[in-house]
Amino acid sequence: MSVIAQSGLSERKIRRRDRLVNGNRRPGVAMLALKGVVLSIACALVIIPFVGIVSTSISSPAHVLDSGGFVLFPDTVNLTAYRSILGGGVVTQALLISGFVTVVGTLCSLTVTSLLGYSLSRPETFGGKPMLMALLVSMLFSPGLIPLYLVVKGMGMIDSLAALIVPTMISAFNVIVIRAFFSNLPQELIDAAKVDGAGELQTFTRIVLPLSKAVLAVIGLFYAVNYWNAFFNALIYLNDAAKWPVQLVLRTYVINNAQLDSGDLGGLESMPPQPSIQMAILVITLIPIICVYPFLQKHFAKGVLTGAVKG
Amino acid sequence: MWRDRTLLLFALPGMVLILIFQYVALAGNVIAFQDYQPFLGIRDSLWVGWENFRVLVNGDPAFVTAVRNTLALTLIQTVFVFPVPIALALLLNSLLSERIKKFVQSVLYLPHFLSWVVIVAIFQQVLGGAGLLNNFLRAQGWATLDILGNPDIFFGLLTTQVIWKDAGWSTILFLAALSQIDASLYEASAVDGAGRWRQMWHITLPGLRGIIILLLILRLGDSLSVGFEQIILQQNAVGLAASEVLDTYVYNNGIVGGGWGVSTAVGMVKGVIGVILVLGANKLAHIFGENGIYKS
Repeated sequence: MSVIAQSGLSERKIRRRDRLVNGNRRPGVAMLALKGVVLSIACALVIIPFVGIVSTSISSPAHVLDSGGFVLFPDTVNLTAYRSILGGGVVTQALLISGFVTVVGTLCSLTVTSLLGYSLSRPETFGGKPMLMALLVSMLFSPGLIPLYLVVKGMGMIDSLAALIVPTMISAFNVIVIRAFFSNLPQELIDAAKVDGAGELQTFTRIVLPLSKAVLAVIGLFYAVNYWNAFFNALIYLNDAAKWPVQLVLRTYVINNAQLDSGDLGGLESMPPQPSIQMAILVITLIPIICVYPFLQKHFAKGVLTGAVKG
Repeated sequence: MWRDRTLLLFALPGMVLILIFQYVALAGNVIAFQDYQPFLGIRDSLWVGWENFRVLVNGDPAFVTAVRNTLALTLIQTVFVFPVPIALALLLNSLLSERIKKFVQSVLYLPHFLSWVVIVAIFQQVLGGAGLLNNFLRAQGWATLDILGNPDIFFGLLTTQVIWKDAGWSTILFLAALSQIDASLYEASAVDGAGRWRQMWHITLPGLRGIIILLLILRLGDSLSVGFEQIILQQNAVGLAASEVLDTYVYNNGIVGGGWGVSTAVGMVKGVIGVILVLGANKLAHIFGENGIYKS
């Protein structure tokens, strides 16, 4: 029995090996092993830091202190660090602000982007050509850090959350992508709606948008990730630490190692060790990205390619 | 025009944003010709002609350092960062198991979506004084390494971080180009006796030529902008001499230091050179018979 099974297996192996790849024999064992090692190392370099961060944030205080501040394998599941940062205080405040900026910003971005993209996708809109030109040329130039700062300042947005949303609300690249998508919709549908007496607004909301859910989702995620990750505009536009988004809090308390005391955390009696709190902040910042990552990965690749072809 | 009023209304908010934050801001570069004072504003600040541009030629040490670091970093990153995703894409493309390929891609794409703040924090946890590596060295009784605070290897650190963040993600375009290569070319060449390495050289790499040239053009246009957020976050640890680049110079000297006019002048020259580089490289690509980023 075992002999037959073994011979069956080895026969299949031989056949697999003899199968041609691109007209040549399959690579040998040494080559396969080399590939395996290279790819395993590459994956490990990405995965291990994440494991360490999560482990440090949930280990017991004694374990964290014993191992010098960074734990690869947790000894227990201890959520005190999370409770301490989510129980009110700077981090909670920053999360609320980042959440607000991300949600409101993404909605605004999607609205202006799709409206402009639709307007530019309609053939023979009055002034459509010059507007498209202006959009494309703007992608070539960047106004520069200081002039942009002065514009934001001139509009009175310093120290307001609007500074985190309005200047980055529209991306010319996304307008181009969404315009290309709208242009490829069957124009007969739009014409038919017009014949049936629908105005532009009705055509847009009833016909065009429902057909574009996928592309809107992709572009929305694109904007959302940018809003959530934005750090530098908060650094230069917001002097008031009470309005800081989570990335700036992360920089202050994790990278620059500023001490968080219990007053910063909504008044806890016993503080978890600093490294655990820091890693908990890091994990919390990562969670939204990890949650949307499967969608991002699925659709971004397509989005990048569309942009590359059409742009 | 009246016929299209709804469509124009649709376009209005987006165009206004582009107008203000691109074109009006672009016009704000006039302060490069002023002794700009925030309390006076653009209207009342003194006009000084090309005075602010003297920093470009009078050998100001901070500026010279910034230029030198920028060029060195761009060169290092083009040489060491650019080939990594190509090699990775070839490796992924050669995998026969779709399952393994998908898994590796999922893992390696992830860092692209993390902010620089998160990435710098992660590097601190792994390579920092109390990080994974040094804890391990300490546990073995060996000497610890100061990686993050050492100005001599700062460029290496920046380059490593860029590879960690984007090498996986950048494979996408190369993988797409690889999938466009006609499979019958490989079979025909094998019949003619080409081995795997010859196929790589004569079929695979020529298939990637277009995308490689395109990406090199885009890189060239960006060659004066290297890792702004990334460097700002780590400047304290290694000092300005090792880390100042043009973008951080504009920020540190202008917004932090109040040298508005000079910084704007530097930023403006940098922007103009960037545009010239893109247009020039694009022209060059046309001469070599490639598509480039646009056709005129």
